[in-house]
Amino acid sequence: MTATVTNPTWATPRPATRTVQASVPLHDAFTQTTTLAWRALLKMRRNPEQLVDVTAMPVLFTVMFGFMFAGAISGSQASYLPILIPGIIAQTTITACVAAGVQLREDMDKGVFDRFRSLPITRIAPLAGPMMADLARYAIAASVTILVGILMGYRPGGGLPGVTLGILLAVITGWSLAWIFLWIGTITRTAGAVQGMSMMIMFPLAFLSNAFVPVSTLPAWLRAVTTINPVSHVVSAMRDLMNKGTITANVGWALLGCATVAAIFIPLAVRSYTKRV
Amino acid sequence: MNVQSATTPGRPSSSGRPADGESRVQSPTAVEARGLTKTFGTNRAVDGIDLTVCEGEIFGVLGPNGAGKTTVLNMLATLLPIDSGSARIFGYDVRREAHAVRQLIGVTGQYASVDENLTGRENLWLFGRLQGLSSKRAHGTADDLLAKFDLTDAAHRPIAQFSGGMRRRLDLAASLITRPALVFLDEPTTGLDPRTRAQMWHTIRDLAAEGSTIMLTTQYLDEADELADRITVIDHGRKVAEGTPDQLKAQIGTSSLRVSLTYDADTARAVALAAELIRDTPIPTPTGSGFSVTLSDANQAADVLIALRDHHLDIAGAAIEQPSLDDVFMALTGRPSDTGVPATETSHS
Repeated sequence: MTATVTNPTWATPRPATRTVQASVPLHDAFTQTTTLAWRALLKMRRNPEQLVDVTAMPVLFTVMFGFMFAGAISGSQASYLPILIPGIIAQTTITACVAAGVQLREDMDKGVFDRFRSLPITRIAPLAGPMMADLARYAIAASVTILVGILMGYRPGGGLPGVTLGILLAVITGWSLAWIFLWIGTITRTAGAVQGMSMMIMFPLAFLSNAFVPVSTLPAWLRAVTTINPVSHVVSAMRDLMNKGTITANVGWALLGCATVAAIFIPLAVRSYTKRV
Repeated sequence: MNVQSATTPGRPSSSGRPADGESRVQSPTAVEARGLTKTFGTNRAVDGIDLTVCEGEIFGVLGPNGAGKTTVLNMLATLLPIDSGSARIFGYDVRREAHAVRQLIGVTGQYASVDENLTGRENLWLFGRLQGLSSKRAHGTADDLLAKFDLTDAAHRPIAQFSGGMRRRLDLAASLITRPALVFLDEPTTGLDPRTRAQMWHTIRDLAAEGSTIMLTTQYLDEADELADRITVIDHGRKVAEGTPDQLKAQIGTSSLRVSLTYDADTARAVALAAELIRDTPIPTPTGSGFSVTLSDANQAADVLIALRDHHLDIAGAAIEQPSLDDVFMALTGRPSDTGVPATETSHS
């Protein structure tokens, strides 16, 4: 092969003739984030086993809980499913969030992250890109749960608009809570440790809430815990949206809870990530 | 044949300065580091290194494993915080203006920093998009680079199926998307077979001819000699020598000639003959029949051998030995490097 030295289009511009920006313009930051979201989506498509937690898991939980707890808690499946389905959606969404932290930890150990660090891109793009792609995962988790519920006899009173808003709320919740696990991903050393620590946060978040049982049966102190758990408000809001088709104050509380979590953990995650890399 | 001399700097003259007459250039210095220091725990991996790399030159950082080469490179490339000291890239402060620095550099690390899940073309497109190219231009640049690096046939294959040499080439291609003014190469040929290694050298020279400044690390003396305009030798985080390859070689000798003779009795005459031809004093082989002598130029070996034959001194064997990195360290620091770099590194590859 002949050398390409003489190709004038490959002449390297002199540093003095280059324009150098002091920071990343906002629209560039957005392109960088969507580009890295594309990368994450492509990875999902090439490794479909990554989607097990948002496909097989919600099926398993909906069927399992639907048959196990229906009699004990609500007397019948028909009356339990409207309570259970939003709960399962919340639980699978939180489980799906854990993967965000594990994935980030694995990614950070890979060579390609070295290159991201050496590029003039906004420092949070490698965090925000996969987070954007994960929105698809939360939507899949919520949709699969609802479909299985419908097959089991769930008839959402809120109709298509209510269900759509319910899924949207699940997606927002997933995005907000995932920052907790991203932060854990940036402070731990191995993917296994992320998984372990995340479980300790994921289980209380999902189960110390009104997701599966009526809170009236709980002792007072536990009831207090469930009230401050933003997941309880998300579940209540989803029940209102999907079963009655009404936008209640619970929706507001749910969004406020999500916003609070995001406001705390986005700065924590970004700071710890930029320090680490 | 070559239309670029008007627009790009040529290879620097022996003084190390780029040979060009443009007045726009504010800083002819690509890298300016003072007292660069990095400590990991109690280990001072880099201990007060000063470096000046001129625009347009190929600058080699030579040293054994663990000398601190990669750490120096990573600090300059904004990948590792600088503990103390200062560094400027084309006048921009590495610590405070990292974002500006990143717009001027390309970094190719020791380990492939490309995405295993994507194909070669997807990788280049991704890095093009991240650096502000439109989707169409990113595709165009990806195709150009794949062609330039002889990877067109593998464009749509996942990286997992790439050979070591192909990965290195893709990695280098990914560093060149925006035609960075300064390219950092961390041990660009370590682990490559001889043919791929020669290709990589060729590519690096091309890159310099096209106007990029290159700073590379290597543990191979012949590589530094082959590519670099100037070399800095570091050991235990400190600079032990710096200069052009010729200057360094003057300190250590380029190579040595070892002759063994058929008859012991000839040794004294042979040594005398060699001493006449070469400035360095020949050293008789301890076992008797023969001698070795340091050469400043490998051609002198022929002179010595011809002289020996003209005087009917029967040669049993002759070998020219390149100095190894160990010899360099011996010459520069008075002690061998304490890593396991084989003494005959250069002749293996």
